[in-house]
Amino acid sequence: MDWSKYIARHVINLPRSGIRDFFELVARMDGVISLGIGEPDFDTPWHICEAAIYGLEKGRTHYTSNLGMIELRRAISRYVERQFGISYNPDNEILVTVGVSEALDLAFRALVNPGDKVMYHQPCYVSYHPSILLTHGVPVPVPTYASDNFALTVRGLEEAWEPGAKILVLNMPCNPTGGTCTREQLEQIARFCIEKDLIVISDEIYAELTYEGTHVSIASLPGMRDRTIFLHGLSKAFAMTGWRIGYACAPAPLIEAMMKVHQYAMMCAPVLSQEAALEALTNGQDSVLRMREQYMRRRDFIVRRFKEIGLQCHLPRGTFYTFPNVSVTGLTERDFAVRLLQEERVAVVPGTAFGSGGAGFVRACFATGYEQLIEACDRIERFVQKLSSSKNSVRSE
Amino acid sequence: MNPVLKLLMETGGQLGIPEMARVLGLTEDQVKAEIEELKRQGILLGWRPVFNFSRGEDGMVRAVIEVRITPERGGGFDRLAERIAKFDEVESCYLMSGGYDLLVFVSGESLHKVAAFVSEKLATIEGVLSTSTHFLLRTYKEQGFLVSPQGEAKTRLDVSP
Repeated sequence: MDWSKYIARHVINLPRSGIRDFFELVARMDGVISLGIGEPDFDTPWHICEAAIYGLEKGRTHYTSNLGMIELRRAISRYVERQFGISYNPDNEILVTVGVSEALDLAFRALVNPGDKVMYHQPCYVSYHPSILLTHGVPVPVPTYASDNFALTVRGLEEAWEPGAKILVLNMPCNPTGGTCTREQLEQIARFCIEKDLIVISDEIYAELTYEGTHVSIASLPGMRDRTIFLHGLSKAFAMTGWRIGYACAPAPLIEAMMKVHQYAMMCAPVLSQEAALEALTNGQDSVLRMREQYMRRRDFIVRRFKEIGLQCHLPRGTFYTFPNVSVTGLTERDFAVRLLQEERVAVVPGTAFGSGGAGFVRACFATGYEQLIEACDRIERFVQKLSSSKNSVRSE
Repeated sequence: MNPVLKLLMETGGQLGIPEMARVLGLTEDQVKAEIEELKRQGILLGWRPVFNFSRGEDGMVRAVIEVRITPERGGGFDRLAERIAKFDEVESCYLMSGGYDLLVFVSGESLHKVAAFVSEKLATIEGVLSTSTHFLLRTYKEQGFLVSPQGEAKTRLDVSP
């Protein structure tokens, strides 16, 4: 049967995720230390799980408002005001979603007409490019560079800008690079967005995991609140990936448009996850700070080790990822990742899984235990030494 | 706070000195010196493995004893508390607020031995007014370790976006 006849053309044309390819390779092997994971190694703090259990005991098993439980939206409003200095009305400016992934999809579906141009910095999270394609938008990537610590610069924006560009997607701190923008850089970006009349979709899922300086949301800058859809969630900071809770904050007409899509596609986010999120935002701040401090110590260790090994690695200012440059080994990022996996049983993700700008880089996540981190770095060191000694012996022949 | 102390608090002393040195980017001698300094300051008392005795061949009997004592002019509760704390049977000893003065954790090889310690040694000390002994029946969590941890099966994916 010719299935392709039935599947929508734009879905057939959607590229396969590079992460999924690599996952299938890793899944067939034993004894692998994985630095390829995109989530915290901590379990969700127990007081948060316990709140969900209590929710069940209370009989919280029904639909909630399409926007999400009002108590949760109030908690989100307080949290966003306290953490980011932006004020949103819980009645009509906040939408609770199934993870930031859904919020991002809703934002695209609510804003993008076929052919609209959507700018995003790259390397970036795997879903931006395909999500834009799924809404028949035109992706306009803006490269970021290791020499800028992978911050998005206004220079890069100006170079990539095309007439008719409508949206800019921001993800700072950035998966996979760990890049962040300083306040000055964001102010320049904000001026650019106002000048070019761009709406910003700002995915700030790693905001709490900022190690250098304090996180600034672009929505908090003058003139930006009205043209920003602020996206956040609980997956990373509160170690709640499997609960799938995110939220969008924006001016009421934008939230109303997103809610239209959400009510037909999703109805509402799972009620128990909303109960857990309420507890997390109300009482979870200590756990976040504790985990952040531990991530930071791991980051400092792994970056130092990469330097000792001879891999160039900028200091990630946020997230739990490092993005070392492996081109010194003479291998492409994909060959490096595949051979490291086969020869030393360490999984890292080839940088090109996050766009062509990731060529020469791999993503290594440090959200894992010290013993595994120490051992993984030793294995990478052995692998790189083996490569360089074989390269030298080829040269001397 | 001292980085060695922070790492010890995070890992519960499960990393050896060489591993701690590597994580912190210090030499082993520097880590040892920091640990000695923490001991000298009386912040770090030492470390020992944490056992679940109910799983062993020979069960260990443990009890927690509420002790009321007479405070003394000048020394308060200290002299008596320190005297009680010195017994080998005593694992921990704390001065408490509330209806009694000292909370004493003791352990012994049998119910008989623990009972004998309380009645012959503890209760007979001059200044001890009363004791109330509670035997521990079952352990669910010990020094931060769950006795029957759940979800040991690996649930994280090896690679995720």
